[in-house]
Amino acid sequence: MKDVKLMKGNEAIALGAVNAGCDGYFGYPITPQSEIIETLMEMKPWETTGMAVLQAESEIASINMVYGAAAMGKKAMTTSSSPGISLCSEGLSYIAGAELPCVVVNVQRGGPGLGTIQPAQADYAQAVKAPGHGDFNLIVLAPNSVQEMYDHVFLAYELAFKYRNPAMILTDGVIGQMMEKLVVDEAKPRMTEEFIRENYGSWALVGNKGVVTSLELEASRQEKVNERIQAKYKALKENEVRVEMTDCDDAEFVIVAFGSSARIAAKSVEILRAEGIKAGLLRPITLFPFPDKQLQDLAAKGVKGFLVAELNAGQMVKDVRLAVNGARPVEYYGRMGGMIYSPGEIAEALKEKLIEKTK
Amino acid sequence: MAEVQKTQENLVYAKPRLIKDNVMHYCPGCSHGTVHKLVAEVIEEMGMENKTVGVSPVGCSVLAYNYIDIDWVEAAHGRACAVATGVKRVAPERLVFTYQGDGDLASIGIGETVHAAQRGEKIVVIYINNAIYGMTGGQMSPTTLPGMKTSTSPYGREEALHGFPFKVADMIKVLDGTCYVTRQAVHTPAAVRKAKKAIRKAFENSMEGKGLSFVEFVSTCPSGWKQTATEANTWMEEHMFPVYPLGDIKDI
Ligand SMILES: Cc1ncc(C[n+]2csc(CCOP(=O)(O)OP(=O)(O)O)c2C)c(N)n1
Ligand SMILES: [Mg+2]
Repeated sequence: MKDVKLMKGNEAIALGAVNAGCDGYFGYPITPQSEIIETLMEMKPWETTGMAVLQAESEIASINMVYGAAAMGKKAMTTSSSPGISLCSEGLSYIAGAELPCVVVNVQRGGPGLGTIQPAQADYAQAVKAPGHGDFNLIVLAPNSVQEMYDHVFLAYELAFKYRNPAMILTDGVIGQMMEKLVVDEAKPRMTEEFIRENYGSWALVGNKGVVTSLELEASRQEKVNERIQAKYKALKENEVRVEMTDCDDAEFVIVAFGSSARIAAKSVEILRAEGIKAGLLRPITLFPFPDKQLQDLAAKGVKGFLVAELNAGQMVKDVRLAVNGARPVEYYGRMGGMIYSPGEIAEALKEKLIEKTK
Repeated sequence: MAEVQKTQENLVYAKPRLIKDNVMHYCPGCSHGTVHKLVAEVIEEMGMENKTVGVSPVGCSVLAYNYIDIDWVEAAHGRACAVATGVKRVAPERLVFTYQGDGDLASIGIGETVHAAQRGEKIVVIYINNAIYGMTGGQMSPTTLPGMKTSTSPYGREEALHGFPFKVADMIKVLDGTCYVTRQAVHTPAAVRKAKKAIRKAFENSMEGKGLSFVEFVSTCPSGWKQTATEANTWMEEHMFPVYPLGDIKDI
C-alpha cells in the first residue's frame, strides 16, 4: 500500500532506514542533519522492527559501531555532516578493507574546518576519491529530492550488500532541510538470522568462527585483497551507473550537476531553452561509479560543450574533463562556502563560458 | 626413548580445545598467551564457543583471532569498545568482549572505553596493562611507571614532562554503567586460577545483562622491558603492583 507524506529530506532518510530493514543506527548530532537521529529516537523503531538506535559519543565511535554491526551481517548506518564525515575516514577504510556493507549519509555543509552550516557540495572529492587511507572507494549516491533521500537508502543497502562495500549517500543541507511530497512504499522487514546465515554466512560472524579483519601482514596476499577490491569497482562501473538526462537528445550544451545543484540547473535549462538555446542536463545519480560513458556518448553525439555546476571550487569538473578527454570544452561554474547560485546565474555562466567563447 | 602413550590417567596438561594449533607469536614470559588460554577455557566451559564475538585490538594481540577459535572482528587502534557496542546492540544474544592493551585502551581509545562503560554496554573488557607499547617496539604508554625507561622516555618517564601513570580501573569503577572492575595478574599458578574466576564472573555478568565488566591484567612485557621472563615477573611484582594493586575494585 502506498502512503503519501510531506516531510524533510532528513526525516525521509530516517524513515527510509526503518523501512529498508536497518538493524542498527549509530550517530552523533551535527547541523544540518540532526533531524535524522531525532526522528529515529522519536520513532522508537526498537519497539516495532527491533532496529537499534544509539547516540554515540563521537563520529569516530559511530563509524566503529557501524563496523561492529556490519561484521554481524546486519544493516548498519550512520549519518553526519562534513566535519563528522572526516572523523569517519579511518573507520570507512577499515570497513572497505574488511569488505563489509554499510550505509553512511553525508548531509554536506560548507568548509573547510568548522565552516558554515549552510549547504555545499565541497565533499565531492573526499567522497569519490579519498574517503580514507589506502586504495578504496565508496559507492556514492547523490539524491536530488526528498523522494530520492528515501529511495536511496534502499538502493544504498542493495549495492552495499551486493558488492560488500560501504555506500555513501552524498547530499547537502538543501535536500536535507527542504520539505516535499514523499511516496512511501511497503516497508521491508529486517533480515532474519536464517537469512543472514544462508546468504552472508561466508563472511558475516554467524557463530562459525569467522574472522572479520582488514589486516594482512603478507604483502603478496594483501595485493590479492586489493585486486579483489578493485575488481568490484570495475564491476560497479560496468553495471551500476545511474544517470538522469533531461533534454539531452538534441542538446548542444549540457549542464552537468548533481544533487541540489541539479535541481537548480534543471530550471537553468528551461531558461536557456526559452531563449532558443538547446541546453540539456546530465545528472549523475551515482557519483561513484561515475557516468563516464554517458558523457563520452554525448560528446560523440555532437554536444558542443559542457558546463559543470557545483557548490564547490570545481571538483566534479575534473572527472567530467577526464571522461570527455579533450573532445569538447568542459567549463566550471560554482559558488562556495554555503552560497547557492540561482538558475539564471548558471544560464548566464553557460552563455559566457561556452557560447560566447566558442563564437 | 620409548614413546609414552597419552591416556586420561597420565595426562597432566592439555591445550584448551578452543586454542588453535597456530604457533603463537608472543614472546616467552609475556602475559598475553596465558590470558588467551584462560579466555578460551572459560568460553569453552560456558558452552559459548559458537555464541561469542571477540574484538581484537591493534597491539600485540591484534592476531588474537589466530589463536582463539571463536568469531572475531579486528578493530582499528583504540576503537574496540565502539566496535563491541555495535556488535552487541544488533546481536544482544551474543557474548561480546574486547581484548585490548594499554596503548589501545588507555591512550588512543580511552574515549570509547569510558563511554562504553558509562552507557553500561553489556560487554566485557579484557585489558592487558604491560605499561608499554609492545607491538611498536617499546614506546611509553599512559601506564608507563615514573622513571621507567622506554624508547620514547629513554631517560625514564618524568611526571613533569609526560604526566602520571593512568590508573584506568580506578577511574572506570566510578562509572555507573560498570558492574565489575577487577585487577588480576597471571604470574603464578595461584594468580592464574584467580584470574580465570574473574574472567568467568565477567562473562556471566555480561550474559545476565548486568553492565560492563572490566578485567585488567597487570602484565609483563619481557621484550619491551628488556628483561628475561622471570626478571619481568619479579619486576612486575616489585614495581607494577604498588601502582596497580591487584584485587576486586568493584563488584555489584
Ligand atoms: C591509528 C594508529 N596509530 C598508531 C598505530 C601504531 N600502533 C600499533 S600498536 C600500537 C601500540 C600498542 O600498544 P598496546 O595497546 O599497549 O598493546 P601491546 O602491544 O603492548 O600489547 C601503536 C601505537 C596504529 N596501528 N594505528
Ligand atoms: Mg601495552
